[in-house]
Amino acid sequence: MARNHVTTTINGDPVEFLCDTEQTLLDVLRDELHLTGSKEGCASGDCGACSVTMDGRLVCACLVLAVETQGAEVETIEGMADGDRLHPLQQKFLDHAALQCGVCTPGFLVAAKSLLERNPDPTESEVRYWLAGNLCRCTGYDKIVRAVLDTAAEMRE
Amino acid sequence: MAAVEKIIENRIDDKTTDSKALKWVGTRAPRPDGVDKVTGRAKFGADTHLPNMLIGKVLRSPHAHARILSIDPSAALALPGVKAVVTRDDFPDQPAGAVQPAGEMIINYRDMTRNIMAREKALYEGHAVAAVAAVSDRVAGQALTLIKVDYEVLPHVIDVDEAMGADAPLIQEDLITEGMDPAPEKPSNIAKRVEFGHGDIETGFSQAQVVIEREFKTRPVHQGYIEPHACLASFSEDGQADLWCSTQGHYVARGHCATLLGMDVSKLRVTSSEIGGGFGGKTVVYLEPVALALSRKACQPVKMVMTRDEVFRASGPACGTSMQVRIGATREGKITAGDATLKFQAGAFAGSPVPAAAMCAFAPYDLEHVRSVGYDVLVNRPKVAAYRAPGAPLGEYAVESVIDELAKALELDPIEFRLLNAVREGVDSSYGPKFGPIGCIQTLEAARDHDHYQTPLGSGQGRGVATGYWFNIGGQTSATLNLSEDGSVALVVGTPDIGGSRASLAMMTAETLGIELDKVRPLVGDTSALGYNMLTGGSRVTFAGGIAVVGAAEDLIRQLCERAALTWDLPLDDVEWIEGEARPANGRAGSEAPMSMAEIAKDMAKSGGPIVGRHSTNAQGAGPSFGTHVVDVDVDRETGRVSVTRYTVVQDAGKAIHPGYVEGQYQGGAVQGIGWALNEEYIYDEKGKIENAGFLDYRVPVCSDVPMIDTVIVEVPNPEHPYGVRGVGETPIVPPLAAISNAVENALGIRFTELPMSPPRVLAAIEQAG
Ligand code: FES
Ligand code: FES
Repeated sequence: MARNHVTTTINGDPVEFLCDTEQTLLDVLRDELHLTGSKEGCASGDCGACSVTMDGRLVCACLVLAVETQGAEVETIEGMADGDRLHPLQQKFLDHAALQCGVCTPGFLVAAKSLLERNPDPTESEVRYWLAGNLCRCTGYDKIVRAVLDTAAEMRE
Repeated sequence: MAAVEKIIENRIDDKTTDSKALKWVGTRAPRPDGVDKVTGRAKFGADTHLPNMLIGKVLRSPHAHARILSIDPSAALALPGVKAVVTRDDFPDQPAGAVQPAGEMIINYRDMTRNIMAREKALYEGHAVAAVAAVSDRVAGQALTLIKVDYEVLPHVIDVDEAMGADAPLIQEDLITEGMDPAPEKPSNIAKRVEFGHGDIETGFSQAQVVIEREFKTRPVHQGYIEPHACLASFSEDGQADLWCSTQGHYVARGHCATLLGMDVSKLRVTSSEIGGGFGGKTVVYLEPVALALSRKACQPVKMVMTRDEVFRASGPACGTSMQVRIGATREGKITAGDATLKFQAGAFAGSPVPAAAMCAFAPYDLEHVRSVGYDVLVNRPKVAAYRAPGAPLGEYAVESVIDELAKALELDPIEFRLLNAVREGVDSSYGPKFGPIGCIQTLEAARDHDHYQTPLGSGQGRGVATGYWFNIGGQTSATLNLSEDGSVALVVGTPDIGGSRASLAMMTAETLGIELDKVRPLVGDTSALGYNMLTGGSRVTFAGGIAVVGAAEDLIRQLCERAALTWDLPLDDVEWIEGEARPANGRAGSEAPMSMAEIAKDMAKSGGPIVGRHSTNAQGAGPSFGTHVVDVDVDRETGRVSVTRYTVVQDAGKAIHPGYVEGQYQGGAVQGIGWALNEEYIYDEKGKIENAGFLDYRVPVCSDVPMIDTVIVEVPNPEHPYGVRGVGETPIVPPLAAISNAVENALGIRFTELPMSPPRVLAAIEQAG
């Protein structure tokens, strides 16, 4: 079967890859490009561990076909820090102990960044509903929500 | 040896009197593996690739119970790109009775080899029947459809009470109940009966003025770790093998795999990846021996990753139960007797945590007459795996519900009623041993005095309280400190870091050595790096690992003092270790400039060669821990939805090495408990197939379902640990089920005796109550 040739941009870099039509963006990121920071928790859009942005929109990479990224701008967790400077959300997650096992963390960070880009001053409820598509089984969400609220406050300063 | 004794003395003083003297222990220090985990760099189970790697997939039984007449893989093997197929024929059978304790569960290899690959029968829907390795995911998937399995479908049984019935289909035809006197003559699905307690139950009940008896039923739930099981196996032609996997215990996984494959344990090296949650569910092996067998056959590396559907159908879960509890008390509020019968689903193989549940059920109470009886019962469901304080939340759910009803009947405040009967140091526990220093009363008092308990409820709301208990464990543990030539140290441990243990172990190491925390680099070594290590489980790592790292640090200090003594030409007794440096002591104090670790390390070649601190132990004396939870709920009378509006966890940690991660354990356990109480359950159809094997239909709590979770860390030091640590990870999931049920009762005046209290069940009860 002929594979599809896709040209796209990932974390600002031009990227080309070949993929099967049924391969998802998550499959290609992880298995072809070895960008394994995006995680697969369900492959059905229910856990958010694979969260990335595509043309600025928060999506589950497991629900996007890789061929759909032709010409798009994809941002993943690997592109979140600026060189050796962590994004404020990354730093606050560390400061607040907002991760235990850490497997959900990339997805939460990408989703939270997308929230703060749209709403720099969210309420606790807004944070909780925005992040309702990201499952965390370890933390009970408390410290995650605090880290996001604290980041928002700091970034507004 | 003077220097070391001094250290120990200092430490004990710190612990008991002046905890401010501690520099690292008790702080919220940065986590050594943190940056890797916020940047996506950390490698979890499915994140490793090897050249020439194949993809492995499992064919699973579509039937809940079926005899396997034949398996024909020939068409699959003929498919281009398929490199190997394994079935039951590729695993040697294990002798009956080969039983081994592992963590909090017991391992029976005859069962384990049947669980990882069905032999005579498929015993649950999702049971592995064959596996294939192929050049790609797609080819492997196609190959599965070409494997021909001939089944004879058998009647199945899912419910625990039905499985105990005389005419239930037998899951294992030759199973004779253990623990019965006389032993039954006929086989049944009851694997085991256990009994704990003391005194005489009927005497106790005859002294009671109020007796309440209730029956409870709960459904199985899944541990729900976000990372599915994953591994990568590479077997070489000379019989040596490597395995990378997401596991709570790579030494334990190594032992299981070597046994199942019939190879020398030391020929297999296991490296634990970062682990994306386990909660007990990653203490056993599923894919690992299969991937190794496929790799051995294909002579290529094989990677296997479960789908979420497979995780639900074939791993975990925690058991469903049927329970009966009767408790009697005097009018003044003294409990005179407690009696519980607990029937636990083990799944298709024996080994539910019913013994632990029976031991914990009445543990918070000082009782003269108490009995708990447990039955371990086979059903056609996946074999249960440990889930955080395995068994305890269930038994305590039943007991703490009845305790709440008794308090109400006696018109006593539920915390005061518990305080009247609570255990304290020196009391014989309900299951046998005498308690040492414990914090049961302290957590109850802290909950009572907390702002949450003192704040009046909003209209229509309800408040519930429950107390829970877990033993915590110690076990075999090793640690090594390799001193580098610049005086920094690599700390190697053998317990996977599931939630911050690199941080807590490095902090105790730096504290003991008296050096900066960033001079300690903690690493989780593979199985060839250290002596044996039991798994990360039983809330044991900060306790047993702490003893190991402190022991290794003391061993290092002893050697550092020896090198300084040699350099100064002083007797060893005249050297002491203070604040990270060797100093002349006694009459010679001040006679030489102190030597730092860096200075000693720089010249170690001259003073005797490399310096390595080591400690291996089978840690004993784990500190049991109690927790009391307070929860407020709102019930939507129109939809039956229960919302948790406020939640407070109070628990004795012994000593919180890193309070941030201790709070995190409390909060995470509470929220798992909220899911268990309100939503989570396996739903089966009449054929014994799971209908909700995905996160959409098996609903774990999401961020918008829960409030902030308040925490109170009580610290009653455990004298058996250098810094006073008890375990903290499991107790937090013990009280929530009862606390929430008690809160719902308080809100609605309806006592639920079934979990989960999902909206349809709650709505039906409200409508029935009119
Ligand atoms: S893996 Fe994409 S949402 Fe779960
Ligand atoms: S930290 Fe483990 S799932 Fe969120």
